[in-house]
Amino acid sequence: MKHLSKKEYSELTQKFSPPSKVGRNCLWAFAVGGAICLLGEILRQNFLSMGMEKDLAGLAVSTSLIALSAITTALGWYHRLACHAGAGTLVPITGFANAVVSPAIEFKCEGMVTGVGSKMFVIAGPVIVYGVLASEVYGIIWYFMNRF
Amino acid sequence: MNFVWAFIVGGLLCVIGQLLLDLTSLTPARILVGYVIAGVILSGLGLYQPILQLAGAGASVPLLGFGHLLAEGVRKAIEEMGFWGILTGGFMAAAGGVAASLTAGWIAALIAHSKDQN
Repeated sequence: MKHLSKKEYSELTQKFSPPSKVGRNCLWAFAVGGAICLLGEILRQNFLSMGMEKDLAGLAVSTSLIALSAITTALGWYHRLACHAGAGTLVPITGFANAVVSPAIEFKCEGMVTGVGSKMFVIAGPVIVYGVLASEVYGIIWYFMNRF
Repeated sequence: MNFVWAFIVGGLLCVIGQLLLDLTSLTPARILVGYVIAGVILSGLGLYQPILQLAGAGASVPLLGFGHLLAEGVRKAIEEMGFWGILTGGFMAAAGGVAASLTAGWIAALIAHSKDQN
């Protein structure tokens, strides 16, 4: 076994210590997350120039990115990218799609109903539940604010 | 210029998520839930619309945009059908994205086989 001098040891701890790791992770997240959003914007401008309405263009962008995420998830590429990109692949809608597609494929062996059908919602379920609940709370506030 | 802002804003929203991952013990699922709720709140306060105006897909593609979509859907539904819009608005706005995800997941499960995640 190789003996380490204090200097070498401190260099090693420096190398593996959290701050630099956090910095690198953030850089990855920024680059990959930014790139996914940039792709979304390119698609959006294309859909808009095709004469789509704003709302519809937004839905078309989401659907395109979801499809792309499903394909890359099925090929195992999305997971490999996510190992480096972290939140860069989690926070965009592609991350939500990945969270649906990945368990769907994973639990295929448990059947199409109790496997695929239910495990799809492992992460998507809470997101939908709390998203809708939050929108209802906001709706109640909005409704009564506009009445009085 | 649209493209630059989309990249920067989208990237920064992901960096916030990365900091939450690295510096707190929040799990990815909790972060996603937090982002959607935060999107509803920001949209409700009127803070998200200017970001959306500036960054386009840079603000609509991260899950904060999903929250904004829910809040906007509720506002529209209440305008159209009054009280009952509180219940229908969120799901109506989210329907497209959720249905697309579920369909994609189901088809992928039909075709693909699970891979070794290592």
